[in-house]
Amino acid sequence: MTEIGFHSLCKKFKKTSVIDDLNLTIENREFFTFVGPSGCGKSTILNMVAGLESITSGMITFDGHSIDGLPPGERDIAMVFQSYALYPHMTVRENLAFPLSVRKVPSADRQREVEKIAALLALTPFLSRLPRELSGGQRQRVALGRALIRKPKVFLMDEPLSNLDAKLRIEMRTELKRLHREFPVTTIYVTHDQEEAMALSDRIALLHEGALRQCGPPQEVYAAPANLFSAGFIGSPPMNFIEGTLLLDLPFLASRLAEYRNQPFIAGIRPTDLRITGEKRENTLSGRVLFLETTGETTWIDLEWRGNRIRGKTGPVRRTARDETAYFTIPPEKLHLFDKSSGERLW
Amino acid sequence: MKRLVFAALLMLVSLYCLGPFLWQGLTSLKTAADLTRLPPLLPHPPTLEHYRSIFAGHPLLRIIANSFIVATASTVLALSIGSLAAFALAKLPVPGKGAVLLLVLSTSMFPPIATVSPLYLLIRAAGLRDSPVSLILTYTSFTLPLTLWVLTHFFRNIPDELYRAARIDGCTPWQSFTRIMLPLAAPGIFATAILVFIFSWNEFLFALTFTSTTASRTIPVGIALFPGLHEIPWGEIAAASVVVTLPLLFLVFFFQRRIIEGLTAGAVKG
Repeated sequence: MTEIGFHSLCKKFKKTSVIDDLNLTIENREFFTFVGPSGCGKSTILNMVAGLESITSGMITFDGHSIDGLPPGERDIAMVFQSYALYPHMTVRENLAFPLSVRKVPSADRQREVEKIAALLALTPFLSRLPRELSGGQRQRVALGRALIRKPKVFLMDEPLSNLDAKLRIEMRTELKRLHREFPVTTIYVTHDQEEAMALSDRIALLHEGALRQCGPPQEVYAAPANLFSAGFIGSPPMNFIEGTLLLDLPFLASRLAEYRNQPFIAGIRPTDLRITGEKRENTLSGRVLFLETTGETTWIDLEWRGNRIRGKTGPVRRTARDETAYFTIPPEKLHLFDKSSGERLW
Repeated sequence: MKRLVFAALLMLVSLYCLGPFLWQGLTSLKTAADLTRLPPLLPHPPTLEHYRSIFAGHPLLRIIANSFIVATASTVLALSIGSLAAFALAKLPVPGKGAVLLLVLSTSMFPPIATVSPLYLLIRAAGLRDSPVSLILTYTSFTLPLTLWVLTHFFRNIPDELYRAARIDGCTPWQSFTRIMLPLAAPGIFATAILVFIFSWNEFLFALTFTSTTASRTIPVGIALFPGLHEIPWGEIAAASVVVTLPLLFLVFFFQRRIIEGLTAGAVKG
């Protein structure tokens, strides 16, 4: 049960700055996710919390106490890796028991804990197998079990689901949520998959080029992205961006935009919020259909509108073909506006 | 057809490699009179006379024991130092790893003949002349570069995440070395052990220079000193050669199984 604090944390590799002045508090028992494109520094943060990577400057605290200089084994953390990092020469039982045996837990207790964890993760039939005899999902569960068995203060997960196929990934996501409910341990999760981050986390932190771009509960980040990066990264399919001055053409928006009238800006609208209809109505705009993509429940349509390619949503049955004209509406309350030069949210 | 050609080629290569050894084996079984005659190609009748005489007339067992001690000690020493150093170079944040490896490699580029006299002076100054220790130290130093290079490669091939996982699970660097890294590098350890052992078993130049009595003399030197004043006992040399090759063969066959076992026990994912 630990609160984790990052205080002006910096990390440099040679001269390149990887993490630049990170200040953040992760609450006790929180499921907290760092999400961002590859190379944004999220794994580096995890490794610094684990003690596998040194800190250039700043401080990381557990419950207010600096953990600087503590070797990984003494931080009372457990980590799950993308490759699972199971010890290939040990059976599942030995893998699960390893953190306990290193800590010289008596063999009887060890045995009992292994049985308990194996039952929890449905691994009992595989205890005497070697990792290479297991499927991806089973290996993943062994890796989780090895982390859980010690009842650590903090859980670190480095893209633990990335090696699984899509169906299994969704299953394990639910499994992770269940485990976090059963063992409410402060968890730091790292992923590049925004959907995974949204689905799992109490709060997410968006990282880009070593800097924190936005931090908050997933719904909040989704509803009010703080900047262009955040707007483009969260949400699938990604938000449409339309540049600048032409927006005065939209009569229903004029009043809202009045105060920004002479500034260059970028308007964003999520494809889910952009309704496409077949016929012209009041307040509709028209565009040429470029591309259709059906997912069953919805059809995504890419339109060309005044030199912009924008994507919108329509119901499952839509008789539109390429190069035809389609009409769309932009609900004004769903519009996001960003300053063009700074990328910050205006409204 | 393809298989036939392949088999024929394989036979040819085997014959080429095994030829001298077979010849030596045949020679060791021939009577003294048949030794210099051809035909007969095959010993007729085969005789074990040479084998009897090498064990009766020479301190061969003592020499084999010396070789065994020297080779085993060199192997153990080279692998103990080499595996630890290789682990550090592959997994720990050591500054200038590349430079260290190159420096180590460069020391093995001097031909032995260039280093034999300075080494002899060192050995004599240390009072180690005619002692197995002189050979153990020399062989260890000569096989360390190879050991280091091969093992560094093996340790590098073990995913970093396994080392990290071990550290997080509570291991000190030493524990993660003995409990995780070493078992996983076993194939490399065995392969290197065989190479170091064979080198130490067969080495001639240093052994000839540093030893002077049967107290420390090793096999290659021992056999080289077989010839007497007036004759070269080909039969006995051949018999001794066969005898001292057998332990190596046994060693390789034994460890070969371990190497293959080790190789198939890898696999982190997929």
